[in-house]
Amino acid sequence: MREKTKEKQKRENHHGASADLKETNTGVKVKLYYGPEDISLFEHDSSLGNPGEYPYTRGIYPTMYRGKLWTMRQYAGFSTSENTNSRFKFLLDQGQTGLSLAFDLPTQLGLDSDDPLAKDDVGKLGVAIDTLRDVEETFDGIPLDEISTSFTINSTASIILAMYVAAAEKQGVEPYKLRGTIQNDIIKEYIARGTYIFPPQPSIRLIGDTIEYCIEHAPRFNSVSVSGTHICECGATPAQGIAYPFLTGIAYLEEVLTRGYNIDDIAPLLSFHLICGGVQFNFFQEIAKLRAVRRLWAKIMKERFHAQNERSMLLKFSTGGMGSGMTEQQPLNNISRISFYALAAALAGSRSMNLPCFDEAYTIPTDEAIRTSLRIQQIIAHEIGIPDVVDPLGGSYYVESLTDGFEGEINAEMERIDSLGGILRCVEDGTIQKQLADQAYHVQKKFESGELTKVGVNKFQIDEEDREVEVFEVDPETLSRQIGRLERIKAERNSQEIDRTLGAIGEAANERKNLMPFILNAVKAYATVGEIVTQLKKVYGEAKQMSVF
Amino acid sequence: MSSKRPIRVLIAKPGLDGHDKGAKIVARSLKDAGMEVIYTGIRQTVDAIVRTAIQEDVDVIGFSILSGTHLTICREIMEKMERQGINDKIVTVGGFIPKKDVNRLKEFGVAKVFRPSDATSEIAGFIEGEVQRRGKLSQRRSYGGREK
Repeated sequence: MREKTKEKQKRENHHGASADLKETNTGVKVKLYYGPEDISLFEHDSSLGNPGEYPYTRGIYPTMYRGKLWTMRQYAGFSTSENTNSRFKFLLDQGQTGLSLAFDLPTQLGLDSDDPLAKDDVGKLGVAIDTLRDVEETFDGIPLDEISTSFTINSTASIILAMYVAAAEKQGVEPYKLRGTIQNDIIKEYIARGTYIFPPQPSIRLIGDTIEYCIEHAPRFNSVSVSGTHICECGATPAQGIAYPFLTGIAYLEEVLTRGYNIDDIAPLLSFHLICGGVQFNFFQEIAKLRAVRRLWAKIMKERFHAQNERSMLLKFSTGGMGSGMTEQQPLNNISRISFYALAAALAGSRSMNLPCFDEAYTIPTDEAIRTSLRIQQIIAHEIGIPDVVDPLGGSYYVESLTDGFEGEINAEMERIDSLGGILRCVEDGTIQKQLADQAYHVQKKFESGELTKVGVNKFQIDEEDREVEVFEVDPETLSRQIGRLERIKAERNSQEIDRTLGAIGEAANERKNLMPFILNAVKAYATVGEIVTQLKKVYGEAKQMSVF
Repeated sequence: MSSKRPIRVLIAKPGLDGHDKGAKIVARSLKDAGMEVIYTGIRQTVDAIVRTAIQEDVDVIGFSILSGTHLTICREIMEKMERQGINDKIVTVGGFIPKKDVNRLKEFGVAKVFRPSDATSEIAGFIEGEVQRRGKLSQRRSYGGREK
């Protein structure tokens, strides 16, 4: 009798008895432990391959971090070009290997610093860029052929790219030498981030123009970084946080495919920015997810788009976002959280990391907090042996099973959205916005009810004084200084040249020509971001809002 | 205030910042608490918000401000509300608000400032309590008027 029970028990364990299933914080049901039966479809060559080999589950390069560590970036950029320039020099001195530039909201929305709507936001949250002069000064003394720069810019990305190219030219650096990334991902702006200007269709065309420009002139520059981070911060599940950026990336690819390019011209230029951490973080699941995305993307490129070039199949992603995981309570706990996010990203083979800062829940990160996040990356890279072996969790029953599970879940979500008319349609009619708002609300409720745990917030609290919230105080002179600078440039520049180049942009937009050469001419004449956007609004109109909750 | 009409709330997102997850969560939680909630959407000017508050005849305006522009925006909006004669509405602010600014906001007439760590139930509770309190006050005032 006892023998029989034991036998039964063993069998049940083996098949994942339902009593052993536990729902994780992310809603995935997991067994008590995993064995070979959980990865019955696992086959080394087709499931994993060696690092740098199809389907790239283990990593896109053969030597991964032994060959080259991930790029360590922290987000920076504020007020004026001079301040940002000195912050950049500080970060490069600290051993940071790439720059990441934040823009103020007026620049992101195509408003000049002297626009009445801009007055409260000039130089807040990022640097104010009105003309090429601001970009020249931001990168003054920083050799643009030696660094890589990531630009968090979307609806005005074509203009900022043109300014970067023009600024490099003034340093004597040709476009093909430029390395970096413009975010240039409009679809998630409608879903989550809000800095859209034009309606979706012409916005996608504009993205197509920048991709085309980079194919022809700046092939080392990533012309789009499709971002899954913002939608995750806004309530997307981990699988949606991959499915939507994949569908978005495919929409951009298809835009450029219609222009006579083939998949191998375009796919290698695409990169993704994915979340690894945040409010819905589960350590092993996050690693599995990022392994699954490499495999799934490789399959999509090879099987659906018939890519021939290996580089088209390599999913290049950086990891970032996750500020939503930071707590205002007991903020030093965030250093531990950030360390786990970073460790997961490293174990998953991220190529570039951009971590949140421990004070992020209540302030714009201080130098100390930014440095600490950089040090976390450096400790993982240099102190504890992580980079020595590629994909160390490969072959784990649990991780491989989760990886298979994520691949299926992401695929299913992509098919669901396609069956509803595709990503663009679901963004235009607010379907996705509504769904994420629902999900975010339910997660919030689960934290408030204690169903989900947040240490220091709903468990293990201590009495704390309300922490002083610091918002970055922009020097009150910033606005007037920026406006003064803009006035000077407007007085110095050749106004006929401005009229001519701006007029040409309008005509080209009407004729659906690639706008990049026209925008380049205008920025070289020191046309402002706002002037160029105004021209485009005349042709494209403006996006309408989907304020569903 | 004797009628049993639900409390009407306008959740407003002034300025250029587009991060409205918090605004939407608060809107939804107040709706679930039985209130009628209107959300302005992002990038609203002060004038547009005041206009909507009048048109929709709300009892409460809740501002979500994350970009550090709370002082200028709140001063402007309270002045406009006073000019329009709607400064009896309850105004709350949520977002990244430094402690040192909370009293300034209250001086402008803001009833309550919520922090990122406050639960949605606290927000609903405050609004219900405050609407009730002000209702009683105005009732008392109107009785007083009759006696006179």
